[in-house]
Amino acid sequence: MTSSAASLDLSLRPKLAPKTKLRLDPKTGKYILLYPEKGLLLNPTGAAILKLCTGEHTLAAIIEALALEFESKPEVLGGEVCAFVQGLLDRGLIQAEP
Amino acid sequence: MSDAGSSEDRLYTLIAELTYLCPLRCVYCSNPTNLSAHPDRLETEDWLRVFRQAAELGALQLNLSGGEPLLRKDLEALVEGAHALDFYTNLITSGTPLTRERLARLRDLGLSSVQVSIQDASAAESDRIAGRASFAQKLEVARWVKELGLPLTVNMVLHRQNLGRVAELIALAENLGADRIELANTQYLAWALENRAALLPSRAQLDEAREIARAARERLKGKTELLFVLPDYYSDRPKACMSGWGKRYLLVTPDGLALPCHLAHTISGLTFESVQTRSLSEIWQHSSAFDAFRGEAWMPEPCASCERRALDFGGCRCQAFHLTGNAAATDPACSLSPNHDSIVAAREAAQTEGLVQLGLRYREFK
Repeated sequence: MTSSAASLDLSLRPKLAPKTKLRLDPKTGKYILLYPEKGLLLNPTGAAILKLCTGEHTLAAIIEALALEFESKPEVLGGEVCAFVQGLLDRGLIQAEP
Repeated sequence: MSDAGSSEDRLYTLIAELTYLCPLRCVYCSNPTNLSAHPDRLETEDWLRVFRQAAELGALQLNLSGGEPLLRKDLEALVEGAHALDFYTNLITSGTPLTRERLARLRDLGLSSVQVSIQDASAAESDRIAGRASFAQKLEVARWVKELGLPLTVNMVLHRQNLGRVAELIALAENLGADRIELANTQYLAWALENRAALLPSRAQLDEAREIARAARERLKGKTELLFVLPDYYSDRPKACMSGWGKRYLLVTPDGLALPCHLAHTISGLTFESVQTRSLSEIWQHSSAFDAFRGEAWMPEPCASCERRALDFGGCRCQAFHLTGNAAATDPACSLSPNHDSIVAAREAAQTEGLVQLGLRYREFK
């Protein structure tokens, strides 16, 4: 990775790329992010993050919402969420608008 | 989080080869060479039943392929049916014949993405490899895909006659706004095996192209996914063909055979069953041909004790069959195979400079 997750701007509004499709995988009961030829099977945190990547919410708001949902604190979850979002930005699966 | 299927075996992708008919005559077509032995035998309702059964088995991706899937008049009904099952539906097409109106209709019915093949960076060269004037139409179709808001994959098959233009190929795909660029070296089976001497690149050509692709991948990161698939003739270890036989992919041919890969029905000695006589789930779980190369019990040495056997599964069964006559042999692309000399000989013959002046055998329906 060229850019570090720490440099992510928390005012960005991440949005799933048009080529992706987020759906439940009945076989595993987990969410999966589908895109041409591939799929990314998600753990509960990953799925919760991507459901909020609609382009409406800032990254800061997403972290806060997740902290509520998973009974944690934004300071604790922030790093993990940013690293996850950065990874998907690098792969073109998420787009971020200011 | 992990890439789907890395931890478990189950059907992920159904490849529906709706017809082997195609307006193009590409010299490396991956369809079998006895095309007319597999006419279109499935009706719309048969395909829709296959889609339902595949979804029940867990399939999430559906590739509508061929031949040229646009030749199916019922493509709209099939896309609509796939959408109702929540598939990620990819249309894998040469782009001909197609109108903007039909593409818009397919999008409205739930098509997820479109992959357009382009044979080279210029009309003259692309049309020569495709055996038909088609380059201009392909560019037009790629533009429609983007205008209609669909994700675009540009697929370019690489070989010694176009590898020198890989930079131009990438630039062309970029200009078309491709979301994904697939630079896939020819797999030397079927029609491509017939034309191998004219298509197999030299190592120098390949190294140069790979470096250009690597730099482009870095430059396009986060914007466009760029895939460069090495030819297994140069990789020394076989590829994990289809991620393993009967593990994640199932393919149905135009005449209704359920297969683990595109060319499994060209292996003699295996009996593949029709979706007209058994359910997909019965075939997937119980047919002897699907079981033939699952697991490791079938493996000969050096595969059986190789530490890479769980990574490459012994390579490609079709390549083993077509180059050695034994589908259960180690893939000759592996340098540890006792039959690797046939790969080395083909490779050595390809080290000459420039183009090999050989007649190309074009795909024909007979």
